[in-house]
Amino acid sequence: MEHQRPDPDKLLARVQAEEAQQGLGKLKIFLGYAAGVGKTYAMLEAAHQRKREGIDIVIGYIETHKRLETEALVKELEIIPRQQVLYHNVQIPEMDMDAILARGPQLVLVDELAHSNAPGVRHPKRYQDVVELLDSGIDVYTTLNIQHLESLNDIVARITGTLVRETIPDSVLDRVSDIEVIDLPPEELLKRLKEGKVYIPDQAERAIDKFFRKGNLTALREMMMRRAAERVDDQMRAYMRTESIPGPWAAGERLLVCISPGTLSERLVRTARRLADELNAKWYAVYVETPDEVKLSQEKRDRIADMLQLAEELGARSVSLPGRSVSEVALSYARRHNVTKIIVGKPLRPHWQELLRGSVVDELIHASGGIDMYMVTSEAEPVNPRMPEGWRPHQPWPRYLWGIILAAAATGLSLLVFPFISPTNIAIIYLLSVVLSAFYFGRGPAILTSVLGVIAFDFLFIPPHFTMAVSDSEYLLTFAGLLAVGLVISHLTSLVREQADAAQGREAQTVALYELGKDLTVTTKLTDIARTVIAQISQTFGRDVAIFLPEDHGPLKIYAACPELTIADNELAVADWSFQRGQVAGRGTDTLPDASMRYQPLRTTRGVVGVLGVRPMDAGHHLTHDQRRTLDTFANQVAMAIERARLAEQAHQAEILEITDKLQSALLNSISHDLRTPLVSITGALSSLLDEGALKLDDVSRRSLVETAYEESDRLNRLVGNLLDMTRLEAGAVRIHKDICDVQDVVGSALEQLNSRLENHPVTIDASPELPNISMDFILISRVLVNVIDNAIKYSPPGAPIEIRAQATNGYLEIAVADRGAGIPKEDLSKIFDKFYRVQRPDNVTGTGLGLAISKGIVQAHGGFMAAENRSDGGAIIMLALPTR
Amino acid sequence: MAETRLKILVVDDEPAIRRFLRTALDTYGYSISEAARGEEALNAVAMGHPDAVILDLGLPDLDGVEVTRRLREWTQIPIIIISVRDQENEKVNALDAGADDYLTKPFGIGELMARIRVALRRSTWPEKQPVFVLKDLVMDMARRLVSVSGQPVALTPTEYDILRIMVANSGKVLTHHQLAHLVWGNAEENQAHLLRVHIGNLRGKIESDPSRPYYIITEPGVGYRFREGNY
Repeated sequence: MEHQRPDPDKLLARVQAEEAQQGLGKLKIFLGYAAGVGKTYAMLEAAHQRKREGIDIVIGYIETHKRLETEALVKELEIIPRQQVLYHNVQIPEMDMDAILARGPQLVLVDELAHSNAPGVRHPKRYQDVVELLDSGIDVYTTLNIQHLESLNDIVARITGTLVRETIPDSVLDRVSDIEVIDLPPEELLKRLKEGKVYIPDQAERAIDKFFRKGNLTALREMMMRRAAERVDDQMRAYMRTESIPGPWAAGERLLVCISPGTLSERLVRTARRLADELNAKWYAVYVETPDEVKLSQEKRDRIADMLQLAEELGARSVSLPGRSVSEVALSYARRHNVTKIIVGKPLRPHWQELLRGSVVDELIHASGGIDMYMVTSEAEPVNPRMPEGWRPHQPWPRYLWGIILAAAATGLSLLVFPFISPTNIAIIYLLSVVLSAFYFGRGPAILTSVLGVIAFDFLFIPPHFTMAVSDSEYLLTFAGLLAVGLVISHLTSLVREQADAAQGREAQTVALYELGKDLTVTTKLTDIARTVIAQISQTFGRDVAIFLPEDHGPLKIYAACPELTIADNELAVADWSFQRGQVAGRGTDTLPDASMRYQPLRTTRGVVGVLGVRPMDAGHHLTHDQRRTLDTFANQVAMAIERARLAEQAHQAEILEITDKLQSALLNSISHDLRTPLVSITGALSSLLDEGALKLDDVSRRSLVETAYEESDRLNRLVGNLLDMTRLEAGAVRIHKDICDVQDVVGSALEQLNSRLENHPVTIDASPELPNISMDFILISRVLVNVIDNAIKYSPPGAPIEIRAQATNGYLEIAVADRGAGIPKEDLSKIFDKFYRVQRPDNVTGTGLGLAISKGIVQAHGGFMAAENRSDGGAIIMLALPTR
Repeated sequence: MAETRLKILVVDDEPAIRRFLRTALDTYGYSISEAARGEEALNAVAMGHPDAVILDLGLPDLDGVEVTRRLREWTQIPIIIISVRDQENEKVNALDAGADDYLTKPFGIGELMARIRVALRRSTWPEKQPVFVLKDLVMDMARRLVSVSGQPVALTPTEYDILRIMVANSGKVLTHHQLAHLVWGNAEENQAHLLRVHIGNLRGKIESDPSRPYYIITEPGVGYRFREGNY
């Protein structure tokens, strides 16, 4: 049991709750115990007060029931118009969530928290809408009657005789920051009812008398008061705890309730919740799946799943455990989790059944040790004593036939050996047959075999022979033993088999998870991950799958899906909702359950990375509790894999950036060197001339220096021009002014620009005048030719001729410049057009290596291309081709 | 050479360039005045009455085209503009606005002298001789005869007109626009293409190697220039 000090878990929870509260909206409930006590009116009055304080208030939904005083208060506040939802050809007004969220007020009034929304709206229940509003940071005032609380549902039903259908889970109350109790003595309420001041919907007229009885009202009022008081108590205790005030600590209780397929379970769960509330205890709901229960009907399975879910909604932790004995498994779980009290239902079955089959409750009581047991009764009719499951003849008939055959075989064998051995050993043969029957054919046939065996044994082998009488009562023991063994063994073997089946079922899921995990760890590419996930999930769950991922921090888009799957736009909206909120949505959930798929957010510690959409192939099929759990785990793994893929991508990008950086600095170094080199000569030459000692230079030397400086400055000019061109090309700032040009003219212009450098190289031009005039940018193309011809000059020995040829072929005008240099090494042929590429040569050739790259860029911008090849008789040809349009 | 030194106004916002020009022009016997901004230049021309103006296009206050336009409103003084590479549009605009010739930075002093000489020659040359001779080409405008290396050449009327205009402006650049205007009286956009065809044909008839023209030089992006010759 716990000690008298603040529980660190609780402290942390409180701190976290407080932190969570900041930024979230605050909820205030105006609580009453019946219609007509004045909750709506009180809420409106409070709203007016806040409005006077300057708070921005809107009305989300108000039910005035045409009462004049209420309507007067409504008039002065801003109302968000309701949206009309069409359902079965009827227009139903519902609260417009989108409008409210868009309006973004500080406070919104929402009447009737327990209302159920019309289908087609965001959430099936209004309290879920309110939760969403609170999550968005908007404060909410709302009204509620006490009988709408889930945990009180059954008590209210008992008191008033009417079952309230619109309930809200108690967990919503945990978000309440303030409760205002609207109290009215029952006598006054009845007076108001008589005066016609209380709104009753027409259909309820009949129920009024039953409901509005003084006894009922009083009971309800007391319940309301008590609940409100509990809350105050809670707050006080929480305060005491955080302030470390020593007090009568509620012992750190923990409760456990066992869920069975019986009808009592619901009551147990609600009782457990109330008890847990009172004791401020954590509680667990446990379902033990025994081999028996494997054979349960679908209806019972569903009920169990519902119970487990209900328990979770009410704040428990639900688990489903396999095992042979309910009591053993439950108790071991209880001990592991330090459970202090177990809640069970009073046994309903007749006593004899319990004796025969054992009672879970008895076992629990006896084995509970230091754990308290709470027994809860039920007023429901006692369960009809039915035959236990195992007795129902649901096994196929052939097995029974085999049972008979075995008995017959045993008899036959015994007859054969009867002369040689005593009857007791005959019994062993029958025993063997029973064992075989139990092992292979199951319980029913085994029992049949043993009964037949006993009869045969008695009839044929026990004196007096051929009668059913027994002379020696000792043989009765044999009969009993035979029967008993038969039963036990068949029981055991069927138990084992069924457990094996159950274990296999679980194993299948575990294996599926393992496979998924294994497949995912080896994939780092997003596309592979998506493919693996879709394949695995369709296989394991038999469902269509789709994966949604946000596009580069943008909106959610479908990333991958099963081929037959088409996603409508409104489905995408649901997926988006799930992504934004990080909660499940769609089929089988509380949010937008009309969607055709179930959307599971893929969560990691860094947030939601995407959404997994799952759709059953067969429309009616909902996921079982276990399957849901497995899907959750799958989703986690998928989320992690996706995150991993994203991180890998980021790392890759970072790597690329680093490499690019390195390359850039290498290039900058190279350019810097190339620009500075001519300057060295220029500076050197000019400074020599400036130097006093220059006067001693003779004319020839002086001239030589000056010539050098002039040539180098020319070279520098060209380098700068090239860099400028390259920069413009890269920036896309090159504008091409196309005009019909004469090829001869262009070539001539290029040659003119290179005049001085062509001194040592005879140039031959082969361009017929019949060449078509094509559309090109004169200046740019002449620059290209300058670069190409300059290249030819650079790599040609002095005196070597340069040939320029122009011809029109295949829709292109080709201009080729051929030199008689050393040619281009084969591996460099494609690379020479790369930026800064220079063929490595023993004689260091000057230039930044940009000329050809620039040329290629310009030619490509014209829609043409460039190529290089070696001449068979020595030298290289560089060719540019421009489209003739 | 005339005795009075011819005066040149140098307009450039870069002090280094003004310095270089002053030194160079001084060596060749011209006297210099300077201006660093467009407005200054306009004043300097009005006050100082130089014989020619060397005008940088990239001035801080008024751009060169504007200065040219304003000057041309009241004077026919020779204007040579200085531009950088890839400023083709502005060059052409300035030439069409009335500038006589252009130079592209960086330029050599030889080029500069040639341009100045040509520009000044037009304004100081007293009269035109009817016969033009350059290398192998002889053009007799009085008798409308053109011959290359002694052989007469048959030109179409348009070709003759083009040749005549170019020869009259030999050494000086003519933009497509100007040339078309002078030949056909108006200058529409597509005339440049037509011009190219005629020039191509002309080259074919008078150049010894049409693909490396000697007489008619293409000024890329601007127009054409006929090589400086002798009247």
